[in-house]
Amino acid sequence: MTPENIKSEVEASIPGCQLEIVSNPSPSGQHSLRIDPAHAVAIATFLRDAEPLRLDYCSNVTGVDWPGKEISEKVKVKKLVDGVEQEVEEIRKTQTIGHLEVVYHLYSMEKKHGPVILRMRTEDRAERVHLPSLTPVWRSAEFQEREIFDLYGVIFDGHPDLRRILMWDGFEDHPMRRDYVEPDDFEYEPTAHDEVLERARQHRTVMGPL
Amino acid sequence: MSTATEPVRILPQSPANSGSDSGEGQLLEVSMGPQHPSTHGVFRMDVVLDGERVVRLKPVFGYLHRNHEKIAEHETYLGSMPYTDRLDYICSLTNNWAYALAVEKLAGIQVPERAEYIRIITAEMTRFLNHAALIGFLTQDMGASGTPLMYAFRERETILDLFESLTGARMMCNYMRFGGCRVDLPAGWLDQAKKFAATLPRFLEEFERLLATNEILMARTQGVGVLSKEFAVNAGVTGPVLRASGVNYDVRKVDKYGIYDRFAFKVPLGEHGDTYDRYMIRLLEMHESLKILNQALQDIPEGPIVDPKTKIRGFRPKPGEAYGRIEAPKGELGFYLISDGTANPYRYRVRSSCMMNLTVLEDLCIGHNVADVVVILGSIDIVMGEVDR
Repeated sequence: MTPENIKSEVEASIPGCQLEIVSNPSPSGQHSLRIDPAHAVAIATFLRDAEPLRLDYCSNVTGVDWPGKEISEKVKVKKLVDGVEQEVEEIRKTQTIGHLEVVYHLYSMEKKHGPVILRMRTEDRAERVHLPSLTPVWRSAEFQEREIFDLYGVIFDGHPDLRRILMWDGFEDHPMRRDYVEPDDFEYEPTAHDEVLERARQHRTVMGPL
Repeated sequence: MSTATEPVRILPQSPANSGSDSGEGQLLEVSMGPQHPSTHGVFRMDVVLDGERVVRLKPVFGYLHRNHEKIAEHETYLGSMPYTDRLDYICSLTNNWAYALAVEKLAGIQVPERAEYIRIITAEMTRFLNHAALIGFLTQDMGASGTPLMYAFRERETILDLFESLTGARMMCNYMRFGGCRVDLPAGWLDQAKKFAATLPRFLEEFERLLATNEILMARTQGVGVLSKEFAVNAGVTGPVLRASGVNYDVRKVDKYGIYDRFAFKVPLGEHGDTYDRYMIRLLEMHESLKILNQALQDIPEGPIVDPKTKIRGFRPKPGEAYGRIEAPKGELGFYLISDGTANPYRYRVRSSCMMNLTVLEDLCIGHNVADVVVILGSIDIVMGEVDR
């Protein structure tokens, strides 16, 4: 089934939902569907249960970080230069806020087809990082959504047990984010050298001598 | 991974958990692991017990977490290949293949026929050694100290010798490349492999006879940890654990990746979904692997082993994404890659088969004795290198 067919079928049976086809230029040809988080659980349940698709197996769930970018565009502006109006090129910079994305790869064990790829986006990367959990639909998402919460910081509403899974409970940051910076805690190294030695020295100057 | 609690403590009494003064009905929380011989690495289970019975079980892992995915995002595509060996360190060649397959999908690379045959030969050998070793470990967990494991390891060593003469390393093979394999088979390797494959039916017969109708094996595994068909599918369980529950789903048959459609082999299925079926499926799959291995050793053609047009250095796939998966010995192993056109992947994700199979551990163990937890965990077949990544 092509993404176009799935899109029209889902939109016909779930009123008000929005789907967008994300085309993939790679030779793999695995196009995906971006769904709106408000209807995500309804869409997922439909995909799992509706007859021609029966996507009963959620194979892979993962997060992708898309940090905000600085987009610079050249704009022609009319300006008064030495009393004469002239067209001058100016570079205008805009900052996008970026978002976190969650990707679901679905297959059907019954019909043996797939993958159908779903994507969801958070609104930004700082405050509004809530997405609905699809664990009630596919149990296989449980650990993988916990992992995304742990490593990317997406908060899944409706997840039965949302805790850190790979990092320890007291850990604070989300290490898979692209702007993650390692904390400045000097790890013991028996023969500290180069950058390690430099980091250790800087650490000492901040913390004072041991 | 959560911080370690004290190994054993008695939970405070709740109205539901109040018993007589004799202590009956009190729940006991036990931390099994992380340093426990049956956990196959550093893995912990928070088990709540009512007497001997398991009431709750939470798997806790991450002790071997090294953020393999983050490392790979700072590495070139080829540079991640040796790291994939370290995921499931018993089956490095299938890990290589899964990663190579994902990159080949991403960049649209073709693989020459001889390389496909070599991949299948090495992958089926890997499956054979993994299943043999697993049955050894499983019986070891049940108290058969050593004998079946040593039988399995004897064959495993021979396979590892073959791997060593082919790739230069016993376990960390780093052998597959995008569009083929790294080196051609050395002179005489095929004859050695054929000779070895001819001895395997005898080993299988001996191994089966050693354990078949063994009373302890039957008593400890039959009816223990039953996994239902519908739940297995919903929980994303794959590989032999899934097929032991009677779901006919083998990525080799479904995706027909590589050239698996040329080989005649069957997919064994279980009936009850218990631990015994999971043990039996592995034994039957070894027979099927042997069939594929014999056909591949017979039919392997001459020719190049890597697509000459593939760029090894300066490899930059066009922007896009791909998800490639194979039937690894432990289940579906997938790699999800996003390229932004540079030399490093923008996103690199490992879909670990062992970690997904752990999802069902609690559901399998509840209601069983604490000693059965060890056996059920053994039959799921986990390797912490892949669970934690």
